[in-house]
Amino acid sequence: MNPYLPIVLLLVLAAVICTAMVTLSWLLGPKRITPYKSAPYECGVEPVGSARERFPIKFFLVAMLFILFDIEVVFLWSWMAVFRDWTETGHPAAAYSFWAVMVYMFLWFLGDAYVIRSGALDWEVSATLHPAKLGDLAEGPEVSDEPRPVPPSVAPAAAETAGSAT
Amino acid sequence: MEATQLIAQASQMSMTEEVLWAGLRIVIVVGFTLSIIPLIIWWERRLLSWMQDRIGPNRVGPFGLLQPIADGIKLFMKEEIVPASVDRLIYMAAPAAALLPALIIGATLPWGPNRLLTPIADVDIGILWVLAVSSFGIYGVMLGGWASNNKYSLLGGLRSSAQLISYELAMGVALYSVVLPTGSLRMTEVVATQHEPLWGVVLWAQNWFIFTPYGLLAGVIFLITMVAETNRAPFDLPEAESELIGGFHTEYSSMKFAVFFMAELGMMMLFSGVFAVMFLGGWSPLPLNWEYLANQSDLAGVSWLSSPLLFIGGSAMAPVWFVAKLAVGVSCYIWLRATLPRLRYDQLMALGWKLLLPMAALNFVVVAIWMLYGWWAFFGSVAVLALLYFYVVAAILKPRAERDKVEIRLVDVPVSTAKTIEVGKES
Repeated sequence: MNPYLPIVLLLVLAAVICTAMVTLSWLLGPKRITPYKSAPYECGVEPVGSARERFPIKFFLVAMLFILFDIEVVFLWSWMAVFRDWTETGHPAAAYSFWAVMVYMFLWFLGDAYVIRSGALDWEVSATLHPAKLGDLAEGPEVSDEPRPVPPSVAPAAAETAGSAT
Repeated sequence: MEATQLIAQASQMSMTEEVLWAGLRIVIVVGFTLSIIPLIIWWERRLLSWMQDRIGPNRVGPFGLLQPIADGIKLFMKEEIVPASVDRLIYMAAPAAALLPALIIGATLPWGPNRLLTPIADVDIGILWVLAVSSFGIYGVMLGGWASNNKYSLLGGLRSSAQLISYELAMGVALYSVVLPTGSLRMTEVVATQHEPLWGVVLWAQNWFIFTPYGLLAGVIFLITMVAETNRAPFDLPEAESELIGGFHTEYSSMKFAVFFMAELGMMMLFSGVFAVMFLGGWSPLPLNWEYLANQSDLAGVSWLSSPLLFIGGSAMAPVWFVAKLAVGVSCYIWLRATLPRLRYDQLMALGWKLLLPMAALNFVVVAIWMLYGWWAFFGSVAVLALLYFYVVAAILKPRAERDKVEIRLVDVPVSTAKTIEVGKES
C-alpha cells in the first residue's frame, strides 16, 4: 500500500469535520439580522471608512525575506537525510559535501547580515515618506532648535506645505 | 521486538485490512484530539485560576469538568452574526482553514512503538509534514483577518502572518540540528536515535537530544518558536486584546469563534507532542535504557525487577507516557501564559530574525562539524563561532544602536527655578 494513502484519508476526514463545524452553527442558531448587528465592530462607534486600507510595506518585506530564506532552508533537507550515512561509512562525499554546505552557509550568513544591516527588519524605525518623519531620519539624533533641513527628495512637497502654512 | 513483528505482519496484510487499520489509526488520533480539546479548555481555565489565586469554573459537573461541553452546546445554538461587509466565502472558509492543520498535523507523530496504531502514516517526510502543516495554519488567521473587513481584524491578521512566517523559519532551522544526527526526516527514526546509549557511551541512559549540547540549544529555540507558532502568550500579538479587541477573530461569533480556539488548543497539544518526539525521547518515560537495565538486574540476581522494568519501558505503557508528556507540555503553555507579559511587536520580530534564526543556523553548522570531525572540533568551533558571532553582531548592530540612541532634553521649563533638565545623558 502507498504509505501516503492514510494521509489522504485523514485529509478527507479533517475536511469533513471542519466543514461540519462551520456549517452546523449556521443551521442550528437563530437568525435575526438587524443593521446594527451586521455593521463592522469598531468599539461601538460608527465605522469610519473601509478596512481595505494600505498597510505598512514592512509586512510585505518580511514575506519576501521569508520566501528567500525558506527556499534556502529547504535546499538543505535532502543533504541532511544522507550526511549521517556518509560520515559513518567514510564516503568521500562526506567531507566534500560538508565544505560545499559550509560555503553555502557562509553566503547564507552574508545574506542574513545584509538584511539586518540594511534595516529591513527594524520595525521601530518608521518607513513612511511623510516629510517630517523623513527629516528625522535624515537628520540623526541631534536635537537643535533650528528648523530641520529638508532632504532634497521631498523638497518640493515640503516647500508646498510650508508655503500654505504661511 | 514486538514492533518489528507487527511490521512483518503488516506487509502480509491485504489492501482492505490495511485501509481498515489506517482508518483505525485516523480515528484514534483525530478522536483523541477532538475529545481532549474540551479537557484542555477546562484545564487551562482551572490552572490559570489557581495561578491567579481564583477558583475558576467549578459548577457544571464534577470539578466543573462539563463546563466546556456546556459552552460548546451553547455556542452551537447561538446566532451566527455575519457582518454585511465581509467577503462571505473566505469569511466562512477561514475557521475551517484554521482547524484543518490542527487535525492533520499529527499524521506523522508516533505515540508509541506499535506501528499498527500510530503514526497514521510513517512516511519519510515526517518532519517536513509538520513544518508544512504548521505554516498552513497561517491561512486561517490571515484570511479571517482580511475577509472580516474590519481594521482590527486586518491588523491582527497581518501581524500574525508576519509573526508566523518569521518563526517558521527559525523552527525549521532549529530542527536541522536534530535531523542531521538522525540522518532521516522520519519521526520514528528520530525516536530510535534517541533510544541509543547517551552520548554513545553511557549504556544505561538514553540519548535524548535535550541532553546533548546542540540539542539543548535547538530545543530552547524550538520551544520559543512553537509557542510563537501557536499564537500563545507571550507571543499572542495577533489577538492582543488590549490594542486589537480580538485581532483576527473580532468579527466571528457562535461556533466559528470557538473553532479558532479549538484549533489553537489542538495545535498546542500536538506541538507539545512534536517537542516530545524531537527532544524528549518520544514515548520513553525516563531517559533510561529499559532493556539494558532489565538485563543488568537479571545478571545482578534481582530478576524480580526485570519484568516491571520491561513493562514500564514496553509498548503497552508507551502511549500513556506520551500522553503524560503532552499534558506536561500543555501545562507549560498555560504556565507561560500566566507568567509572561506580551512582547512588543518590534521586539518579537527582532527576537525571531536577529537572534533565533542566526543562532539556530550556527548550531546546525556546529553539529555538521561535530559529525565529521568529532568532539574536539565541536568545542573548538563552538568557541570560534561564539566569538565570531558576537563580533559580527556587534559590528552589524553598532551603527544602528548609535543612531537609535534617544536623547531626551527638556529645556525652558517655565518655573521659577528654570534650568535645563537632562535625561539619559551622562555629563
